[in-house]
Amino acid sequence: MDAIRVLIAKPGLDGHDRGAKVIARALRDAGMEVIYTGLRQTPEMIAEAALQEDVQVVGLSILSGAHLALVPRVREVMDAHGLNDVPLLVGGIIPDSDIASLKAMGVAGVFGPGTNTEDIIQHIRHLVPAA
Amino acid sequence: MIEIVPALLAGDRRALARLLTRIENESPGAAEALAALYPHTGRAHIIGVTGSPGTGKSSLVNAIAQAYRAQGKTVGIICVDPTSPFTGGAILGDRIRMRDLAGDAGVFIRSMATRGSLGGLSRTARDAVRALDAAGFDVILIETVGAGQSEVDIVRAAQTTLVVDAPGMGDDVQAIKAGILEIADVLVVNKADRPGVDNTVRALRTMIETGHPVRRGQMTTHHGQVMHLEADPLPPVDDSMWIPPILRTVAPEGQGIPEVLAAVKQHRDYLDQGNHRHQLERHQVEFELLTRLEAALMARFLGALPPQAMTELVDRVRARELDPAAAVEALLKLPKS
Repeated sequence: MDAIRVLIAKPGLDGHDRGAKVIARALRDAGMEVIYTGLRQTPEMIAEAALQEDVQVVGLSILSGAHLALVPRVREVMDAHGLNDVPLLVGGIIPDSDIASLKAMGVAGVFGPGTNTEDIIQHIRHLVPAA
Repeated sequence: MIEIVPALLAGDRRALARLLTRIENESPGAAEALAALYPHTGRAHIIGVTGSPGTGKSSLVNAIAQAYRAQGKTVGIICVDPTSPFTGGAILGDRIRMRDLAGDAGVFIRSMATRGSLGGLSRTARDAVRALDAAGFDVILIETVGAGQSEVDIVRAAQTTLVVDAPGMGDDVQAIKAGILEIADVLVVNKADRPGVDNTVRALRTMIETGHPVRRGQMTTHHGQVMHLEADPLPPVDDSMWIPPILRTVAPEGQGIPEVLAAVKQHRDYLDQGNHRHQLERHQVEFELLTRLEAALMARFLGALPPQAMTELVDRVRARELDPAAAVEALLKLPKS
C-alpha cells in the first residue's frame, strides 16, 4: 500500500492558487501524498522538486494563459533531469483549441474549469502503474 | 536496489531520490541497500528542528540551510508533515518556505508524511537520514511535524535538537511542563520582531533556571518508563552539563541565524568533549534496536495468530465477557501456526 506521490505546482506569474489547493486537497483525500510548492515556480524549480521528491505525477495549474510557453519548457527541463517517465497533467484556464497542442507536447491530461475532482483522481490512478 | 548504491555514493540525485522512496515504502531491496550504505554514514552533523505548528520551523530551516551553504557546506533536508488519519493522504507543504534553496545543487530537500507514526517523525525518517548522510551531505536538517508536548522522537535521530518557540504560544506554565522543551539543545524564539517576545524569552529562561534539564543519559520508551539500559562500559568522563542557550531569530530576514549556527557548533564541540557523543549515540542505537525489535516481534506474532482469533476476542471484549488485559493474556496463550 504505497501512497501515490504527486507534485502540484504553479508555474508562471499568476497568483490564483485556489484551484491548485482544491486539487491538492482532493488528492490528499483520495489517499495520495501531495507535495505542494506554492506560487511562481520556474520550470527549473518544478523539475528539481519532482526529482528530489521522486513523484509519480506532476500537475501544473496555469491560469495566466501562458500554458503554451510554460508547459513545453517544464517538459523539457524534466526530460533533461531524466524524468521522461513522469507524466505531466495541466489544469486551469485552457481553451479547448489548445488541448491538442498540449497533448502533442506530451501532456498526459488537461483539466479545465468544472472538472470533477474524481475524474482527476481516476486519471492519476490509471497513469500510475501499481508498484 | 543494491545496484544503485555506487551511483548514490557518487552523488547521483535521482538514485538518492529513488532509494528514499523505497525506504519510505519499506520496499524489498531497501534494507539491503541501507546495509551497503551503512559503513558510509556517520559523517554528517544531524540537526533536528521541532516546535509547535506556526512557530516558523520551515522558514528557520530555510535560513539555516542558506547560512550553511554560504560556508560552503552541503545540506540535506528531511521535512515531515502529518498523514491524514482518515484517508492516509497528506499535503506536504514545507517546500513553500524553502524556495530560496531551489536550484542549488548543494541542497537536497525531501518531504515525508508521518504515515501513522505519532512521535513527530515518520518511522523511516532515520533511514532516510542515513541515505542523505551516505550521499555525502555535510549537514542534515530534520524538520518534524508541528509538535506539541510529547512528540520527542527527534532526540533519537538528531545530534543537536533545536526547539522553536514564538511569542504568543502560551503562558509560562506551558514552559515548565515536561516534554518538548526539555529536549532542546538550543532554544530558538523565532518571530522575535513580534510583541511579547520578552515574555517568551523570560518564560523559557525561568524554565531552564528552575529545573535542571534532563539527564541526557536516560530516555523514556514510548510507554513513558525510563529506559533501563545495560551499564555503559565507558562511564561519563566529563560530567559537565550542556545548558541550552535561548536565541532570538527573525528567520525571513536572517536575523539571529549566525548565532544559531554558532550555538550548533558549540553543541557539536560539547559532544566531542569527554564522551558525550559516545553516550548519545549509544542510547540512540539501543533505542532504535529496541523499537525495531518491538515492531518485528509484533509482526511475527500477528502473522502467526490463527485466523479470526483477533476478531473473536474483540467481540468478547465488546460484549464485556473479557476485559482487555485478559484478552491479551488469551492471545499470548493461543497456539501459533
